[in-house]
Amino acid sequence: MTKQQANWSPYDNNGGSCVAIAGRDYCVIAADTRMSTGYSILTRDYSKISKLADKAVLASSGFQADIKALQKHLAARHLIYQHQHNKQMSCPAMAQLLSNTLYYKRFFPYYAFNVLGGLDSEGKGCVFTYDAVGSYERVGYSAQGSGSTLIMPFLDNQLKSPSPLLLPAQDAVTPLSELEAIDLVKTVFVSATERDIYTGDKVEIVILNAEGLRREFMDLRKD
Amino acid sequence: MSKATIDLPPKGGFSFDLCRRNDMLSKKGARPPSYRKTGTTIVGIIFQDGVILGADTRATEGPIVCDKNCEKIHYMAPNIYCCGAGTAADTEAVTDMVSSQLQLHRYDTGRESRVVTALTFLKRHLFNYQGHVQAALVLGGVDFTGPHLHTIYPHGSTDTLPFATMGSGSLAAMSVFESKYREGLTKDEGINLVSEAICAGIFNDLGSGSNVDICVITKGHKEYLRNHLLPNANVYALKREYTFPKKTEVLLTKITPLREKVEIIEGGDAMEE
Repeated sequence: MTKQQANWSPYDNNGGSCVAIAGRDYCVIAADTRMSTGYSILTRDYSKISKLADKAVLASSGFQADIKALQKHLAARHLIYQHQHNKQMSCPAMAQLLSNTLYYKRFFPYYAFNVLGGLDSEGKGCVFTYDAVGSYERVGYSAQGSGSTLIMPFLDNQLKSPSPLLLPAQDAVTPLSELEAIDLVKTVFVSATERDIYTGDKVEIVILNAEGLRREFMDLRKD
Repeated sequence: MSKATIDLPPKGGFSFDLCRRNDMLSKKGARPPSYRKTGTTIVGIIFQDGVILGADTRATEGPIVCDKNCEKIHYMAPNIYCCGAGTAADTEAVTDMVSSQLQLHRYDTGRESRVVTALTFLKRHLFNYQGHVQAALVLGGVDFTGPHLHTIYPHGSTDTLPFATMGSGSLAAMSVFESKYREGLTKDEGINLVSEAICAGIFNDLGSGSNVDICVITKGHKEYLRNHLLPNANVYALKREYTFPKKTEVLLTKITPLREKVEIIEGGDAMEE
């Protein structure tokens, strides 16, 4: 008797791509605004970016229902932290919290591919990249989601991260200026939209720097 | 007489020898390679002077666009064209094959090809392959009996319709036809309606995209409007030039001489035959 396969899955993939780039004194986090299921578009105007703390912004692609639940959980934990410590969580602290939250559901994961961007305690840009179960690493730039395989090689070529094995330890943050980094992000999304059917409509770009948080939108192909 | 089995070359058609191996591999978790499909929107309408066919121009391999501007309206005969959805290789092969068959038939009969002839060749071939040839077609043309429009499904069944849509974007396109189609459209009205239907597929279906191709066939005349509409022109202008190093960078040069591993034996045995 052949084993019966499950014909219902608790997960769905809503598509989309997320990118984050760390600079000397800024961090750029971007994601497209298309939410899809199968071959259909659910909405052209869905934000995948959420502000977890003053200096920590999360961009997630994958199953948006799980992501909504994850964001609510992190917001609640952040509120408790603020009550207990009388200050906002720093980006590296939020990074660790996110990792622990994801690993807590190791055997029924959040179908979320996350990229956390922000400023560390010295005001330098930092980007943390995650897998679905919480493995994370601090990097200079990262891409996640359906277009990540198209975007990452281009970012590697333009922003090449120095090897972590080199001594003396080199900074992973890019020497590009803020405007150059934003232009790079726009280029990357335009290219990903050409070839990935799940990426398109609009790109939402969030820029974090010493002055605060700024949001920009740019139209992409809608087909 | 020995019972030797003669290995005959295959007579043609599909060989199902590897099916059991493929089944075993997929049970072990090996994913088969994806083929290029034309996750598509194709349409056809009959208007007052003939037929108009329309198609989008995106070809996909899973979630990736592999061709942004491919041609989905295939030539069958001077007065007959066919739009193809499904596996790209299958639609190309089957339309090329039937196009050649039609030409031989024209030499045989000495007459212009009829749409029903092309229809019968296609449906016989597809039924013969029991749906394994995954081609879903919209066939349209004008012959001496008048204008004709047909849809052909991968298993070989056909429909004769005044307006038709196929492909993953067929529902989006059909919604436009069902609300706006009427009999006796003029050529310009027909082209606009077909463009609207294809655009509905392009913007609402993720498997369709890029540009609109149109083909207008009337008695004794055809107009192939390749890229009639380009609603997705790339308007983003790069602010800086992206330069790439012309050579592969050399990061490190280290030469390690290999140690001699060959032992030389003086006066050894001569090599045996």
